[in-house]
Amino acid sequence: MKPNTATSSSLVRGRVWLVVFGVLLIVVIVASMAIGKYPIGPGELVRTLLGRLVPGATAAPTDVQLVVFGIRLPRIAAAVLIGAGLSAAGAGFQSLFRNPMASPDILGASAGAGFGAAMAIYLGLGFAAVSGSAFVFGLVAVGAAYLVSTRARRNPTLGLVLAGIMISSLFTSATSLVKLVADPDNVLPAITFWLMGSLSSVTGLKLAWAAGPVLVGLVVLFVLRWKLNLLTMGEDEARSMGLNTRAVRVLVVLAATLVTAACSAIAGLIGWVGLVIPHFARMLVGADNRLVMPTSMLMGASFLLLVDDLARGVTTSEIPIGILTAFVGAPFFLYLVIGRGNRM
Amino acid sequence: MKLSIEGLRFAYHRHEVLRGVELSADAGQLVCVLGENGAGKTTLFRCLLGLLDGYAGQIRLDGDDTGRMTAREMALRIAYVPQAGAPAFNYTVFDTVLMGTNVLTPGLTTPGASQRDIAAQTLELLGIAELGSRGYAELSGGERQLVLIARALAQRSGVLVMDEPTASLDYGNQFRVMRQVKSLAEAGYLVLVSTHSPEQALRYADAVAVLRDGVVEASGAPGDVLTPAMIQRVYGVTAELHDVRTSWGDVPVVVPRFR
Repeated sequence: MKPNTATSSSLVRGRVWLVVFGVLLIVVIVASMAIGKYPIGPGELVRTLLGRLVPGATAAPTDVQLVVFGIRLPRIAAAVLIGAGLSAAGAGFQSLFRNPMASPDILGASAGAGFGAAMAIYLGLGFAAVSGSAFVFGLVAVGAAYLVSTRARRNPTLGLVLAGIMISSLFTSATSLVKLVADPDNVLPAITFWLMGSLSSVTGLKLAWAAGPVLVGLVVLFVLRWKLNLLTMGEDEARSMGLNTRAVRVLVVLAATLVTAACSAIAGLIGWVGLVIPHFARMLVGADNRLVMPTSMLMGASFLLLVDDLARGVTTSEIPIGILTAFVGAPFFLYLVIGRGNRM
Repeated sequence: MKLSIEGLRFAYHRHEVLRGVELSADAGQLVCVLGENGAGKTTLFRCLLGLLDGYAGQIRLDGDDTGRMTAREMALRIAYVPQAGAPAFNYTVFDTVLMGTNVLTPGLTTPGASQRDIAAQTLELLGIAELGSRGYAELSGGERQLVLIARALAQRSGVLVMDEPTASLDYGNQFRVMRQVKSLAEAGYLVLVSTHSPEQALRYADAVAVLRDGVVEASGAPGDVLTPAMIQRVYGVTAELHDVRTSWGDVPVVVPRFR
């Protein structure tokens, strides 16, 4: 039948994009292992990887192994996980709020995490406590926004976004207050640097700790990708099509918040990825979240990894990745607005 | 499928919108609900679709109380055709219609071949199969309304509830959409349509219900209910009713006095 073939062709085209971005991600991952201050040639990289992966192959020198597996691999894995996570969270929130301008921090997860981290740094706590505090306050902020929104019965979605904006600004102000009273010689720079976002302090341990919540969130958002299509039709229509809108809404908020809070906890505040990547995915594969969700994950992973390569490769003193994502993201977004108008 | 509404009351905060609505309808009937703005048509439909909690009275489908049903159980029996508006995201027509099959898609799975077949058949049935790969946002108002009807049909439920389906349509599309709606009733659906046009109700409806101040002021055969006196009472408009003889039969025409 005609429409059926038409749609399967768009599904096929979408799957082709998925394969393209899957391959791209693998290429970028391998390339990222070679990039850095300690130069590793392609041949040496292949020998190092084979030495670890293939039993019986000759192992590479320990210093090369340490650089690839001890330093670069955790950071690469973190960039992939955070890029995929923030993009999926963005796509989820954009559907939930029926607004292509929504981003992962819309309900205050990032603002809360920023406050949690600033507070922990101010109190002189260690790295683990800073991450933990950031994660917990990210959840607290969104939890508070959700609780406030349950008072708005007529339009739960609008209530949620308004509460999110309010709680966000509250936590942002609280962060400013902490910065105001912080010691300007060493504490304030530490807070400022954390807020700018960076993957330079990611260790295998931190990564292992954050991977759990991020992966759980990613799985939930992926499973719900078709239900998200219905949710974008609005509360009444979605419910009349048999969707338990309340359950799906809670799951999306929970999953996206777990992802955003965990990402912020280990890497600070990284903007733009969650906003821009789903747009880019929609330009290529259309509006259907069955394709937008996995495409966003793959694209976001490659994008953040590339930006991080830039961050650690281009300058000797590393540029925080939160700054670079905006430098890449903002012009691209302008291009979208000017070049494509309302067709996003 | 038989619908019966008994003593339905609903209030937004303290403002009582429905004050004891009584209505019943059978499969194969096109029922037009009329009433001035604010008479409670939309509230009645939202109660019927299970979108408003806390109403008093009973809504029964084949004797079963809809108040106890989950969204999914409701959607298996009753489908909603909203007014065509601008979508947040530009899904293709096919994907839009496919959403209607959600209720036939088990659990958290995504639609498979059988759901895609239903969507394709529904588009075929409404004669808009060629729109399948177009973006919904690129369609005309009339085409959008037909797509939303197709989405509701893909739900495979027996009752269709349509909120002013012709309100934003041009002259020609109003007729095309209403003809389609009429043929659905003839095919056995129970169709409830809210409309602001007594003329439309006279031409297409099998039964009409006039809502006024939260109760059904009158219901029954269109010709019996929609008298000049009723039009005067509901809309405050003096009008005459005539049957105009045309080459395709007698057509009821409402002529308002507009001086």
